[in-house]
Amino acid sequence: MSLVQATQLAKTYRAGDIDVPAIKGVDFAIEPSSFVAFVGPSGSGKSTLLNMIGCLDHPTSGTLKVLDTDIATLDRKAAAKFRGEHIGFVFQDFNLIPVLTVFENVEYPLRMVQKWPAEKRREQVMRMLEAVGMTDQADKRPDQISGGQKQRVAVARALVSNPKLVLADEPTANLDHDTAYRILELMKRMRDESRTTFIFSTHDPKIMGEAEVTFTLEDGLLQSGGHHA
Amino acid sequence: MLDVLAIASRNLLRYRRRTLLTLLLIVIGMVAVLLFIAVAGSFKSMMVGQITDSVLGHVQVHRKGYVASIDNLPLNLNLKPQMVSKVEDALKQNLLVESWSPRVKFGGMFSNFAETTSIRINGIDPAREAATTPLLPGRMTEGEKDGPLVSRGQIVIPQLLARGMKTKIGDTVVVVATNRDGSVNGKTFVVRGVLEGISGPGGRDGYIHIDDARELLRMTDQEVSEIAIRLKDFARLNQVDSQLKQVLESVTNKDGKPMLEVHTWADLSPFASLARMIDLMTLFIKIVLVSIVLVSVMNVMIMAVFERIREIGTIAAIGTPPGRILSLFLAEGLMLGVVGTLAGIVLSLAGIFGINVWKPTFAFGQQQNLVMAPTIAPGDVMTIAILVVIVAVIASLQPAWKASRMDPISALRHV
Repeated sequence: MSLVQATQLAKTYRAGDIDVPAIKGVDFAIEPSSFVAFVGPSGSGKSTLLNMIGCLDHPTSGTLKVLDTDIATLDRKAAAKFRGEHIGFVFQDFNLIPVLTVFENVEYPLRMVQKWPAEKRREQVMRMLEAVGMTDQADKRPDQISGGQKQRVAVARALVSNPKLVLADEPTANLDHDTAYRILELMKRMRDESRTTFIFSTHDPKIMGEAEVTFTLEDGLLQSGGHHA
Repeated sequence: MLDVLAIASRNLLRYRRRTLLTLLLIVIGMVAVLLFIAVAGSFKSMMVGQITDSVLGHVQVHRKGYVASIDNLPLNLNLKPQMVSKVEDALKQNLLVESWSPRVKFGGMFSNFAETTSIRINGIDPAREAATTPLLPGRMTEGEKDGPLVSRGQIVIPQLLARGMKTKIGDTVVVVATNRDGSVNGKTFVVRGVLEGISGPGGRDGYIHIDDARELLRMTDQEVSEIAIRLKDFARLNQVDSQLKQVLESVTNKDGKPMLEVHTWADLSPFASLARMIDLMTLFIKIVLVSIVLVSVMNVMIMAVFERIREIGTIAAIGTPPGRILSLFLAEGLMLGVVGTLAGIVLSLAGIFGINVWKPTFAFGQQQNLVMAPTIAPGDVMTIAILVVIVAVIASLQPAWKASRMDPISALRHV
């Protein structure tokens, strides 16, 4: 069974009186534990697709099943619950909470979303910080660490609740090439260790090659689907 | 909940200056209200105490129509002995009544043999009057405060009259009065004391023994003009008022109409309006406090939501339930309210303590050097504290609701 299954998936936005099609009826499937990239130029629909897979947005037509759940059936509350239980997010701008330490940022999903007990939480957070090599920075605030370190923390936060799927929208866009490469290596290693599916978007040709499966989007349509590297 | 409070406190400390300014507003508002309640409350209770405990008593019983003509002190509207007896029976049976004092009141002429002026006289039973208006001897500016206020043949005169007539303790004076039949009678008295004047009805009356009053007025019956009553608990004034009205309604004339009327001190003294004004001002001050808390907390929370839109998008995207986001922002408002309230209470109590140490004095009417001793009831502090905290949470509700309903995609795109 595919982890993500899209059938004639379309999304149209309304801009004033004009309908703007962002995704124009695409079909694809993503298997568990894969390392997938959606690539394409800016405005090709990558973020829209990731938003729908992440249950942040609903399709206009077609179906999108994530973990066998039709995401169109999820209301606001159910979608939040689904994301909290099954999906981790890595953002282009890292989006760490500035008032929390590195440890507390990673701890946040367990504390505020899944409500793990404190001791279990601590063990899991320390395990994740060790996995991303940030144990010694645990007490620092986000403004006290580098961009690459912030993204490592973001990866740890995305994985801390053992999600089935991690979505990363342009995770390397704000990083230099070496750091970007190391982040992707980290994501791949984490996939190998946790068997979590990683889906990321990028328009950087150097980064695209790191994906095991690549979908190329252009103007809301898939130009090549499920190309295996 | 503790997790929510912990994160809320971090968020409040994020913009320390703004948080401190908001707290300062709440604290200033709290201190203003609590000090006002304490000072105005003590002023009010001191004044009410002076009026009730040195002149009026808490409740008075008169014959029907007497109060409407009270300026004339009509002798034809005195309570007859059988009416007095019925009132006293009712008072004996009421467990909330501490004491009562029958009075014979009349207007007369006061002469020091050189000059003559008008005077209002209270004929009293000294022991019963002392039990009903215990602060009365304290108003003596000249003469012995201890012992009965007056004995037979003695008179206590108001300060203004003593000054105007240049009358001293031990002087012999004459009081002349017209009785209900129109005949005039006079009697000599020795000045026993001089009473400080007090604002309100009866505040500038003279006092003689009730038997002297009856003799002067040539009363054949044991009539009285009014019965002043003191309660065991002033807070139950309205309850006793209702009970007495109900019981004394049964005393009727031959036409079946009630012959007695019951009045509380507030019905008899114009100071009751001032007391009501103080209550009204307290209410307005409370409304100002609520407005300060509402506007300041709402302002700070609206700013907090506006500045943290991307952060809200992030926590919503990673699965924080809308209710949890709502509670995060409500907790910030709650903490502002609680911290501001606690600081406000501490500063207010310190202020009240400071005033009590300082002991400022003030004047009320002709009374000088009244010491202000503000106190505040724990119930008042609790009421204000709960009000402020509730208002702080209500003020956070709209921004918190907005944050919880935010679309994660739009929020994440926010620059």
